[in-house]
Amino acid sequence: MSNAPREKFDNTVVEWVDSRLPIFTMMKNEYGVFPTPRNFNWFWNFGAIAMFMLITMIATGIVLAMHYTADTKLAFDSVERIMRDVNGGWLIRYIHMNGASFFFIAVYIHIFRGMYYGSYKAPRELLWILGVIIFLLMMATAFIGYVLPWGQMSLWGATVITNLFSAIPFVGESIVTLLWGGFSIDNPTLTRFFALHYLLPFVIVGVVLLHIWALHVTGSNNPLGLEPKSKKDTLPFHPYYTSKDFFGIIVFIIFYAIFIFYMPDALGHPDNYIPANPLVTPPHIVPEWYFLPFYAILRAVTFNMNIYMLAGLGLLAVFMVEFIWRHKPKYLNGFLGFLLLVLGSGLAVFGLLADLNQGWEIPMSAANLAPISAKFGGVLAMFGSIGLLVILPWLDNHPIRSARFRPLFRIFMIIFTISVFILGYAGSQAADKVYFMEFNNTMLAQIFTGFYFMFFLIILPLLSRFEKGRELPKSINEAVLSKAQKAGA
Amino acid sequence: MSADSKKNCEGETRRGFMQMFAASLGVFGGAMAAWPLVNSLNPAKDTMALSSVEVDIADIPVGSSKTIMWRGKPVFIRHRTEKEISMANAVDVKSLTDKQSDDERVQRPEWLVAVGVCTHLGCIPQGQKPTENRGEYGGWFCSCHGSEYDTSGRIRKGPAPKNLVVPPYKFVSDTTIKIG
Repeated sequence: MSNAPREKFDNTVVEWVDSRLPIFTMMKNEYGVFPTPRNFNWFWNFGAIAMFMLITMIATGIVLAMHYTADTKLAFDSVERIMRDVNGGWLIRYIHMNGASFFFIAVYIHIFRGMYYGSYKAPRELLWILGVIIFLLMMATAFIGYVLPWGQMSLWGATVITNLFSAIPFVGESIVTLLWGGFSIDNPTLTRFFALHYLLPFVIVGVVLLHIWALHVTGSNNPLGLEPKSKKDTLPFHPYYTSKDFFGIIVFIIFYAIFIFYMPDALGHPDNYIPANPLVTPPHIVPEWYFLPFYAILRAVTFNMNIYMLAGLGLLAVFMVEFIWRHKPKYLNGFLGFLLLVLGSGLAVFGLLADLNQGWEIPMSAANLAPISAKFGGVLAMFGSIGLLVILPWLDNHPIRSARFRPLFRIFMIIFTISVFILGYAGSQAADKVYFMEFNNTMLAQIFTGFYFMFFLIILPLLSRFEKGRELPKSINEAVLSKAQKAGA
Repeated sequence: MSADSKKNCEGETRRGFMQMFAASLGVFGGAMAAWPLVNSLNPAKDTMALSSVEVDIADIPVGSSKTIMWRGKPVFIRHRTEKEISMANAVDVKSLTDKQSDDERVQRPEWLVAVGVCTHLGCIPQGQKPTENRGEYGGWFCSCHGSEYDTSGRIRKGPAPKNLVVPPYKFVSDTTIKIG
């Protein structure tokens, strides 16, 4: 792709091809001599591991598609036939089934790495956003794939999730009918889901190639968050990181294989081994584990958003943008800022209380006017929680990348990670489960959903402005050598 | 501004217009070409053809219910008791989430016909058999997210925003109804 002069290869066949299509030169530049920061830790393995999982899923998926039948009368039995009669079919299906979970494990660690070490910051914003798009596509693909075996969880999980779209005002019902191709989830739904489940992985491959392309323009971030300044700061990708990635993949496969061979159904739900029945809903519908935090956020919104709350949140948003994010408001002074803060939070709290106490006599009774119903609010919150990742590079514009040099950010990042786990737990439990006194699971989900949004919309902008951060080392090389000297002494 | 640059400027405007016009035509043509593809995903003729069923209701004794399939969804037909009818009429309509009186929801008071799909996220509520949990209001209880419906199928408690949908139906005879 570059116009740089090409070095000749010794092998005449390779040279013949390369002089016509410089694919070997590209491989050498991007994967051979590609200068890579020398201080990667094990977190930097998970990009390669995710790539390995994508290839595994596509390879096993293509073979499974050759044995699977997308028809509501035959789908469940064709999956059972794969499990019992197809040669090694049980293994291929278990690799694929658990592969979805392990793909998400790899990607979640990869995302955590990106957040903790500030990999989303300039100049890597687009690289990060492409990653979020891959994550969304993965979620869609995984959800659709779970419907294909046509068990009870397949049918009812799909029912609950597709019904989310009915919350969209005015066009919701038509969208749901269009998604279903009928008046309920039935054969037309299954056949289109199968077609999409085959298509989307290749769309993911396309976006992954863009993601890697963008990565090779900016180069990798690293645990110190410093840009490499000289040749001393980097190593050629091969053999240093090809071998390290290879080792990481092998360790990862060991854990993956433990699940495939010893507890293949540990991450699934037994209900999905009951054929789908449109007349009986399982008592407790739970999505797969990798959706649980978002499911908890969806269920946490049990209140309508009335016009008082929306107005209050709007004023608070103006305050955050003008006074915190833009640093120096040109046309607003400090008193106005204070006024916005008080008025905004007052209105929002008043609106919430008015919604919770329907009996209140409200001026103009405008609290009863709720532009956003609880159901639609839940859907907005769920998609919003991922949408925040897209704008993360602008919410956190602190000049230091790595959490190693930002003690406050580091603490909040760790609390944030724990709170996502707690949200996941809340998503797995029944909504009305009581922990103690009147404190139930919905309240638990509400508290941590609140923290999730506060982290992105309040804490990160505040830290960007006020956190001082530690002194940065002069270069990657210097930091690595001084650490080595200390260890040697 | 010299005459030359003015002429140039005009030329650019004309070219810009042509480009915009061509691009809009392209977008319009693309949308027209995509529409049949998207529309093919809407319910097909055979799916639509299944949209009405006749049900014999002679075999449903007072106080019990029947579930039939209509458009791939269960429809609850309940032969209501006097007590259930009076419970449905006793409530103040203004206090309901989805304000409907019992009269608006039934054609003959002893028969309630409603689509058995929770209006929250589409689960099937329990309560068709007397042994099942019917919730506080004697109608149906949705175990997915805890919505409770009364003996008129109206939402009384929980996250569902609407009453159970009453499908279009008519009494063909005293013992047969046609749904759809």
